[in-house]
Amino acid sequence: MSELTYTVLRLGLLVLLWVLVLAVVGVLRRDVFGTRVVARPSEGRPAAAGRPPRAARDDRPAPPPEDRTVPRQVVVVEGPLRGTGLALGSAPVLVGRSPDCSLVLEDDYASGRHLRLFPRDGRWWVEDLGSTNGTLLGREPLGAPAPVEAGAQLRIGRTVLELRR
Amino acid sequence: MAVVTQHAARSRRGTELLLLVLAVGVAVLAYGMVGLGVDGEWSAGLPQYGGGLAALALVVHGVLRWRAPYADPVLLPVAVALNGLGLAVIHRLDLAEGSAQAPRQLLWSAIGVVAATAVVVALRDHRLLRRYTFVAMAASLVLLLLPLLPVLGRTINGARIWIGVGPLSFQPGEIAKITLAVFFAGYLVTARDTLSLAGRRVLGLRLPRGRDLGPILVAWAGSVGVLVLQRDLGTSLLFFGLFVAVLYLATERVSWIAIGLVLFAGGAYVAYQLFGHVQQRVSGWLDPFDPEVYDRAAGGSYQLVQGLFGLANGGLTGTGLGRGRPDIVPFANSDFVLASLGEELGLAGLFAVLALYLVLVERGLRTAIGVRDGFGKLLAGGLAFTVALQCFVVAGGVLRVIPLTGLTMPFLAAGGSSLLTNWIIIGLLLRISDAARRPAPTPAPAPPGPATSETQIVRTV
Repeated sequence: MSELTYTVLRLGLLVLLWVLVLAVVGVLRRDVFGTRVVARPSEGRPAAAGRPPRAARDDRPAPPPEDRTVPRQVVVVEGPLRGTGLALGSAPVLVGRSPDCSLVLEDDYASGRHLRLFPRDGRWWVEDLGSTNGTLLGREPLGAPAPVEAGAQLRIGRTVLELRR
Repeated sequence: MAVVTQHAARSRRGTELLLLVLAVGVAVLAYGMVGLGVDGEWSAGLPQYGGGLAALALVVHGVLRWRAPYADPVLLPVAVALNGLGLAVIHRLDLAEGSAQAPRQLLWSAIGVVAATAVVVALRDHRLLRRYTFVAMAASLVLLLLPLLPVLGRTINGARIWIGVGPLSFQPGEIAKITLAVFFAGYLVTARDTLSLAGRRVLGLRLPRGRDLGPILVAWAGSVGVLVLQRDLGTSLLFFGLFVAVLYLATERVSWIAIGLVLFAGGAYVAYQLFGHVQQRVSGWLDPFDPEVYDRAAGGSYQLVQGLFGLANGGLTGTGLGRGRPDIVPFANSDFVLASLGEELGLAGLFAVLALYLVLVERGLRTAIGVRDGFGKLLAGGLAFTVALQCFVVAGGVLRVIPLTGLTMPFLAAGGSSLLTNWIIIGLLLRISDAARRPAPTPAPAPPGPATSETQIVRTV
């Protein structure tokens, strides 16, 4: 084997190593050049919400898009998890402290399974699941299941959820 | 605690397979070139070695397709590439020193892969581990104390961290990294409210109350105990660093890092005053080229300086595998594997390897951000941080940024306990990342209503 072959192989190994590194970085492009982070609006400046999460954009059968009052996502606007968001697809969403909820709150005043949001007849409804400390819809305590529109705020302990388009 | 982002629901297992092919290719080429460099023939046993590595990679890949389809696509290829490069370097030093470490390392790789696979298959949900928080604490204590037992324990190279049964030796402290990460995550996810809310504000830092200092003092005393009883600097640093990091992740309080650094500085100063081997490490770091320090029979800077000479010899693109003299450095295939790699692959190769570690850690932290439960966040963050801290401590020691401590480079260094532990860490991260990237299930569109419809439950434990 000639010295030339060895040199070519030696440099080839380095090139291949970097190809691996760059391929890995290419896969992570979205991480390296900025992730899709749910917007954390500053207090008092509501709903300059970023693009809706991708899950809501492509493969979910979303509620009729022309209706501007139908919420598409629920976002925590106050409380320990401020900034966290969840897309509202076609499935009901369970909110509470229990780890098996769709939106797991870290709020001592929330119950394990506090409330749920569910779609019905093209609208979203909210139902309190018998929580200990109750839920406020706007300023009213939530009794029976009530329909909610985009912009509605739900208070659970120290956490405020806002429904957004 | 952190922002939850929405992920596109793509499993990306195909991408993983492509990257695996590339990773195995790099490793096999490196292994083959060792033989070319040393005696002009492709390494003996290349088909067995390449086949073995590819088979191990494919086993994990297949299991991921079966049990964790949404696991991170990058973790496995990076681990396989690092493990394979480590095998090549160890084989190269076998040829130079006449030892036979590479087959053992391949065997341990297989054991590690089996362990990682077992984690992915048996642990359907990482949140199950939270139930064993205090079992994990007890297990960590037992694992750390095992080497101190009179019959079982072994003192090798001045550190009493091995246990030995017959010809086999094992470092139980390595496994304790994982159990401690589980314990810290489980404990702090419950205790973080008291640790983060109460306290006075002094100079812009919110200081914790005196009585809340208990846990961090216990962790500090524990790692000092490791240092005193086992004379193992690196492990003690690693455990304390892990605790402070998880504490910071849980509470988002910079004051905990400040307190941790102060405690660390105090502990380091006292250790420096009390222990001869700590003083030797520091003098070897500050004045390695002083003839007196260099020639010292035990604990001199000979090893460090030879490693630096090797790195200098390698230059930008390296001497080529098999063409350098990495065997001059004592422990060239374990503690100083980075110097061996840097000599024969050069700065370009060393940076590529460090970039792979960077990606590994980044994926771990990304998993911590993506996963929705607090325990998973702390566990993934803690495990990723262990890998990062270990890399920093080893690379920093070899490159004379900080004093040398006896830790091993994850996946690269020869040593079964470390390899096994790191594969288990990969298994856990794969499992957690599957939970983080898995899309919420969409149940069949039954007529919904408050009384009839099933409420969505993402996954039950």
